[in-house]
Amino acid sequence: MFFNSLLTNFAALEVGQHLYWQIGNIRLHGQVFLTSWILLGALLVFISLGTKKMENDPKGLQNLLEFLWDYIRDLARTQIGEKVYRDWMPFIGTLFLFVFVSNWGGALIPWRLIKLPSGELGAPTADINTTIALALLVSLSYFYAGLSNKGWRYFEYYVHPTPIMLPFKILEDFTKPLSLSFRLFGNILADELVVGVLVFLVPLILPIPVMFLGLFTSAIQALIFATLAAYYIGEAVEEHH
Amino acid sequence: MLAFNFFGATEGGLFDINATLPLMAIQVVALTYILNSLFFKPVGNVVEKREKFVSNNIIEAKNKLSEVKKLEADLLTQLQTARTEAQRIVNEAEAESDKLYKEALELANNEANASKEKARLEIESQTSAARDQLSKQADDLSELIVNRLILEK
Repeated sequence: MFFNSLLTNFAALEVGQHLYWQIGNIRLHGQVFLTSWILLGALLVFISLGTKKMENDPKGLQNLLEFLWDYIRDLARTQIGEKVYRDWMPFIGTLFLFVFVSNWGGALIPWRLIKLPSGELGAPTADINTTIALALLVSLSYFYAGLSNKGWRYFEYYVHPTPIMLPFKILEDFTKPLSLSFRLFGNILADELVVGVLVFLVPLILPIPVMFLGLFTSAIQALIFATLAAYYIGEAVEEHH
Repeated sequence: MLAFNFFGATEGGLFDINATLPLMAIQVVALTYILNSLFFKPVGNVVEKREKFVSNNIIEAKNKLSEVKKLEADLLTQLQTARTEAQRIVNEAEAESDKLYKEALELANNEANASKEKARLEIESQTSAARDQLSKQADDLSELIVNRLILEK
């Protein structure tokens, strides 16, 4: 009885429904692309405005962008190391900005006011496809980083410090993308669900602290994702002695 | 396609993985290149140029400071040598003047002694001359007295 009513409530939140786009015989989740284009468009406009007139004495937006750049550089440098962090800084920074903009955009903009024929707009990172795509890119990146920096010696990493580590290190290659993608997906989806359920049950005041918590979680998740990605790349390029 | 039925959704579900995944990956890779040329490169250039400028200025300032300190030390030693030199010259001059004073004093003393001696000799000779004259006059007088006594007799 209770379970049934819960299911109806969740169904009213339209969990797990998508706006399908059919191109040939491939199907896409349209709502993910719509929100990601809007958010990335806003991000690109913001960045173009900030870098339009670069000066030696930074003013306004340029200040903010330089702070952001410095933040990302510190993140990449501490995790990847002085030698190769430069090559990977754009990738790490893009991951951070993408996840951050997606999470915050999903939490801050009242997407639900826009009615879609099916599914609803929300954070692009609340879709498992997005987070798996990001996690697989991270996996590819650290393999590429290790192989391009150390050649075949990269595989020494699997038997370091002893060959006993080999099965665990191989297992890690699967658990890394899995944990990366599910952590982000779960956190953002859970936040959206909690806020959605609370708004559905008590539409006044009560959801506000949870919304703030959601903003906090969103920022933390972006930082965690970028930091772990950088850490994996740093682990792959690290020289063992 | 993987599709689970979750929470009574009619199609798709939470774990519906489809072509959204590769397309999203391509989109993120494209975003990486766009952000690199639009954000990371230009901002990095500006920031690193400024960092270089600042560190160059700091190095330059440090060099100048050390140069100033060297010059200061140089000047101090120069001042020190000048002081000792001046002290030496003053000492020398004092010794010289002392010597000159002593010499002059001695000379004056000698002169004074000589003139005193000369005066003494002169006085002595005049005294003896006067005494001679006196004794001659006494002789004359005694002769006169004798002559007169003889004559009166």
